[in-house]
Amino acid sequence: MGSNGHKDPQSGRQMKLVIVGHVDHGKSTLVGRLMADTDSLPTGKLDFIKDICDQQGKTFEFAFLLDALEEEQKQGITIDTSQIFFKTKKRPYVIIDAPGHKEFLKNMVTGAANAEAALLLIDAYEGVQEQSRRHGYLLRLLGMKQVAVVVNKMDLVKHDPEVFYKIKSEYTDFLQSLGVEAREYIPVSAKLGENIAHRSENMTWYQGPTVLEMLDQFEDKLPEVNQPFRLPLQDVYKFDERRILAGRVESGTAKIGDEVIFSPSNKKGVIKSIEGWSVDKKPKTVEASQSVGITLTEQIFVERGDVATLVSDPPIVTTTFDANVFWMGKKHLQKGESYLIKLTTQNVECEVARFNKAIDASTLEPLPDQDFIAKNDVAELTLRTRQPIAFDLFTSIAETGRFVLVDEYDVCGGGIITGFTPLSEIDRYRDEAQYRDSHWIKGAVTPDMRAYRNGHQAAMILITGKAGVGKADLAGHLEEKLFHQNFQSYLLDGRNIQVGLGADMDQDKYFSDGEAVRRFGEVAKLFVDAGHVVISTSNVFNQEDHSNISLLVEPTPIVEIQVTNDKFPKGKPEIVMTTEEAANHESAVQKVLDYLKDQKILTGHNYSI
Amino acid sequence: MDHLTELENQSVYILREAYKNFKNLAMLWSIGKDSTVLLWLARKAFFGHCPIPLVHIDTSYKIPSMIEYRDKYAQEWGLNLVVGQNKKALAEGMNHEKGRIVCCEALKTQGLSQVMEQEGYTGLILGIRRDEEGTRAKERYFSPRDKNFEWNFKDQPPELWDQFKTTFADGTHIRIHPLLHWTELNVWEYIEKEKIPIIDLYFANEEGRRYRSLGCAPCTGSIESNAKNVREIIEELKDTSSSERSGRAQDQEDTYAMQKLRARGYM
Repeated sequence: MGSNGHKDPQSGRQMKLVIVGHVDHGKSTLVGRLMADTDSLPTGKLDFIKDICDQQGKTFEFAFLLDALEEEQKQGITIDTSQIFFKTKKRPYVIIDAPGHKEFLKNMVTGAANAEAALLLIDAYEGVQEQSRRHGYLLRLLGMKQVAVVVNKMDLVKHDPEVFYKIKSEYTDFLQSLGVEAREYIPVSAKLGENIAHRSENMTWYQGPTVLEMLDQFEDKLPEVNQPFRLPLQDVYKFDERRILAGRVESGTAKIGDEVIFSPSNKKGVIKSIEGWSVDKKPKTVEASQSVGITLTEQIFVERGDVATLVSDPPIVTTTFDANVFWMGKKHLQKGESYLIKLTTQNVECEVARFNKAIDASTLEPLPDQDFIAKNDVAELTLRTRQPIAFDLFTSIAETGRFVLVDEYDVCGGGIITGFTPLSEIDRYRDEAQYRDSHWIKGAVTPDMRAYRNGHQAAMILITGKAGVGKADLAGHLEEKLFHQNFQSYLLDGRNIQVGLGADMDQDKYFSDGEAVRRFGEVAKLFVDAGHVVISTSNVFNQEDHSNISLLVEPTPIVEIQVTNDKFPKGKPEIVMTTEEAANHESAVQKVLDYLKDQKILTGHNYSI
Repeated sequence: MDHLTELENQSVYILREAYKNFKNLAMLWSIGKDSTVLLWLARKAFFGHCPIPLVHIDTSYKIPSMIEYRDKYAQEWGLNLVVGQNKKALAEGMNHEKGRIVCCEALKTQGLSQVMEQEGYTGLILGIRRDEEGTRAKERYFSPRDKNFEWNFKDQPPELWDQFKTTFADGTHIRIHPLLHWTELNVWEYIEKEKIPIIDLYFANEEGRRYRSLGCAPCTGSIESNAKNVREIIEELKDTSSSERSGRAQDQEDTYAMQKLRARGYM
């Protein structure tokens, strides 16, 4: 018998649940127990499994009910997600049993991304383990809002409340650091059926819901009808005289007569009709989660990837955005490599512009100085697409704020969008730099000749950090030291540009409309063109300004030195120093010189003066 | 939105993704209830049209009225029907007495593989469901098969947020499963709601027997039942505790029969 076994065929809407946690913490046992205790097994299923156990000389375990693959039954670990059906008096469920082995993380992600609520299992005897944390982190990243923690195998710790409360407190702290709160912590023994469907007599100290009671308290995920209207186009059909734009409404509603704008192509049209086949009557509105087809009053050229929205509420369109990403690929996710991003129905080439923070997902410790992440790790990073794409921030509209990354043929990562740089700004600086570079009148002295004479390449050193950490002091010493070694160093303070070049502008306006960045960047460009090592400190420029300055001085390298006592530096500085390190000028300057030599910026003189 | 509309919307989305992403795409039509519902959903997705060719694998052992039904609706609905048959195996006398798994593999899996090769299909849409049996419970919506037609169930691609595997190496193909999230009862409820004409083998005959799952005549058993129409089937199913495929003899041949069959390319 090969049945995936549910006794009562399912009617009505099923709630989708996922069960996650470390390997061997008892996920499959819990699912098997849920099925048995809700009387959801088909006739003969239990006996069938018991027979297999006898044949293979093993003791019966509930987990065998769902480990359908021969491999899984032999190894005793779940390899792939499995979907099981059962029901309570309240409603039917489809339960996704996700593997807890690190190797099968992509299967866990597949299960969890498709669920509406999650149970996270922790073994009372072993306590919080690597995958307990990794899965917790991923649940947050996947946008899971309904999570209950089930502390299993309480029978192995003699039903001791101390053990339960210790795990509860440890894991609560962990979830809090992620900004997540579990709905409930439930002590159970899946093997003995305690606090699953029936209340445990051995744990009368626990007053909260049983697992089944908890499940029934979770809420169905409803379509996002109250959000702004988003209809990413899947295709355009011309099977007959109609030209139908087909797609699924990801959020919001729209009606016949509404004027819509398509992004990123930026074309406008008016909804003429909403099409359907074998429907009682033609609909006049469309809403979130419906797969629809619309026609427009005028024929305009739009295609798959365009997102239709109301004119009053368009999505963000840009090429550069920040994201939290998890990686499942065999090869590393690497800065500068190119990947395909799939976001709604858009497929665009992209690259990692910057790693802002690489993180070991099992400990949540940052991986410093890493321009890549390996399989099973996560990162905060900045992505740049080859063409502009349309999206929303994940916190505003989840459906249009998340994406997957494809490497070669496979989906290898996924992520959510947390911030962006507006296209207007990027365009402005890029256009300016392009125009300038193409109209630049070059002298007979080339950058190579200057580098040979100077003993170094041109470079821009930005010293960043909060006020009062000793940036100016360090900058002064660095300029001086370089100068005494016969290098062309120049301290360019943003303040000097403001009081001179910026004297024609009101101070607030100078900073608010980007002129501070632009004028500083252009002056810096002149100095690096002259072959100097430009040193600058700034309190006034933020992370975004730095990337804009870098657009203006490209291709000259920028070296950021961040002075901070924070455990997590902001962005991705080339050099990090504590205030104490920075105050020790001799060694601080030496550290910078070593880096510049390492990067072949300081090459040394080829003659002696 | 009721649950059937929710299921329909998801399946339509998948069908449209398949149609857009695969140049050479086909849909398997076994004449059973699932693939007929799938066909209906395709007509929903494409506004009354079915722009995808339908492949029927004729083992020659099918129950005869299945072929009549197939030809009738192929004409009525203007379908592009492609019939595949492993003529070589049949000429050599293949039948279920040589072993059910051997027979299924020769006449169904090999029959399918021959049509795929001949027509150059790179995407194949099938009406399998997760609730049918254990190995199908582990399937993806877009599930790759390698050059030898094999399913590597130990290393399946991740599938999240409805971003599917639509790129693949030469010589491999993708199986697409738009009904994966439906249950047997959902299928019947949808047939009732949409008034889909379904083959009458599913309804109880004079002797009080009907088929719950359709396949080849020698390997498919009927069940005892008085359900004469769709409504009565739904009522009957709500009360049953045996599994849908219990009448399918090949499943019972070996403990891991379905895993073995499916790993080598069976539907």
